[in-house]
Amino acid sequence: MTPAVALERATLRVGARDVLKDVSFAIEPGEFIGVLGPNGAGKTTLMRAILGLLPPSEGHLRVFGRAPQRGDSTIGYLPQVRTVLPDLRVHGLDFIASSLSGERWGLPRLSRADRAMIDDTLALVGARDLARRPLSEMSGGERQRLLLAQALIGKPQLLLLDEPLISLDARHQEVAIEVVRRICRERGTTVLFSAHELNQLIGTLDRVLYLGNGQAVLGAVAEVITAPVLSRLYGTDIHVVRADGHVFVMARGRDMEHVEHQHDHGHEHHHH
Amino acid sequence: MSSISTITGMNIIITDMFQYEFMNNAFAAAGIAAAVSGLVGYFLVMRAQTFAGHALSHIGFAGATGAGLIGLAPLWGLIGFTLAAGIVMGLLSERISNRDVAIGIVLALALGFGLLFLHYYTAFASQATALLFGNVLAVDRGMIATLGLLGIVTLAGLAAIMRPLIFASLQPELAEAKGVPLRFVSTAFLAIVALAVSECAQIVGVLLVFTMMVGPPAAAQRLTTGLSSGLAAAALIALAEAWLGLTLAFYSDWPVSFCIAVLSALGYFAALAAPLRRARPAGTGVIESAP
Repeated sequence: MTPAVALERATLRVGARDVLKDVSFAIEPGEFIGVLGPNGAGKTTLMRAILGLLPPSEGHLRVFGRAPQRGDSTIGYLPQVRTVLPDLRVHGLDFIASSLSGERWGLPRLSRADRAMIDDTLALVGARDLARRPLSEMSGGERQRLLLAQALIGKPQLLLLDEPLISLDARHQEVAIEVVRRICRERGTTVLFSAHELNQLIGTLDRVLYLGNGQAVLGAVAEVITAPVLSRLYGTDIHVVRADGHVFVMARGRDMEHVEHQHDHGHEHHHH
Repeated sequence: MSSISTITGMNIIITDMFQYEFMNNAFAAAGIAAAVSGLVGYFLVMRAQTFAGHALSHIGFAGATGAGLIGLAPLWGLIGFTLAAGIVMGLLSERISNRDVAIGIVLALALGFGLLFLHYYTAFASQATALLFGNVLAVDRGMIATLGLLGIVTLAGLAAIMRPLIFASLQPELAEAKGVPLRFVSTAFLAIVALAVSECAQIVGVLLVFTMMVGPPAAAQRLTTGLSSGLAAAALIALAEAWLGLTLAFYSDWPVSFCIAVLSALGYFAALAAPLRRARPAGTGVIESAP
């Protein structure tokens, strides 16, 4: 079977830096992949490359056997939100509607079918009440649910979700994971789900893609989340502690994932 | 009885005002500029690029005085300079148009050049006030036709890029991934803003373009949450403020631009004070964590 996403000795360069260097792996259709790694390891960069926004400087990248194409309608994308315009009093429905064929010229139009499709998708993530509320009054978690709904519109074959759990409370994190898991299983959608915490995804993901130090390792949790592999990816001595079905990644007694998470809110590592 | 006499009184007042051709011309010109400013300004406010709009008008001042120096009509100098500046701003980067310091320095420089051109062409100095603060009462039929044509071009341009413009304004990351040419869209938008600024400057002058391009759309955004209702409200508020301003000026003998500026500010602050329209359903029972 043609892999959903395949990298062959690919190098992804942003500016003068090789974010991923000489990386090869293949993701099968229908897999739920948890994408993990420290900040700046290339999670966002990888997704941008799959979207066709960043061609590999060396090697090959194939999406369902083809070179990535900008504007590919078979890919649903939830970008990490960085541009939140202050005081934006546009309501949820208009926000999502803007993305429906938003690349076409002319005046915006919203057909009855479009409206029904948005409504169904909002209902799927339990965010129907957001359609009529202005963005400026939504919490970070509500905006995040709106973005998740938007990524699901049009029944994409491949879902790229960049930190979809950020600013969701524990209950909505579970709901979001469950919704994505169901779509993955029922529709056979391939999912790349980046996150800071492995433990929430452990029961859901098929394989984990761990990025770090310019490298990428794809495999089952038991193969990847090990002291030797992670020490290589973090470039420092890492211990893996397993307790009660949970896995903790520690460096010198500190929980790496939580350290990373604290850093993330103020940081800008969006690559242009 | 009293209501009848008020109505007759109003009729007299209004017929009184429209007996003068310059008032008719002023209403037509202000109406065209207000509709264009309200619609274009709505996106300027949405994209948080109001300062860029302000800078464009100052650059236009240098263009208008420069055109006077070489014997061209000020309007064409204004259009030429704002259009060129808008396109350059858009091309340099989609982000530079939001950089306050760079824009502030460029607009001060432009005003400086405007002053230099005036210095060398002293005969033009009497027109400087008109350029800076507008002179809608001097608008003639020819100017109305020019403004109308310019308005049609501006709105046609806006209509052509509106869909990707909304997408790119609300969600630039996703718009880029879906194939929207971000730089082209933001450049085309700033060119449209430049044309709207040129129109607006004919009515209220380069220093007061905010009164028509920012005040009404900002008020409209406070009062509405839908895109289409917001656009309609922005145009209507701009129109109402421009025409009320003219009426007020006619009967008070205050400068028109002053009256429109006051109404624009009043409209904005009234919208701020108005209770926000909320459509929040009764408690969903979900507690959100702080972002």
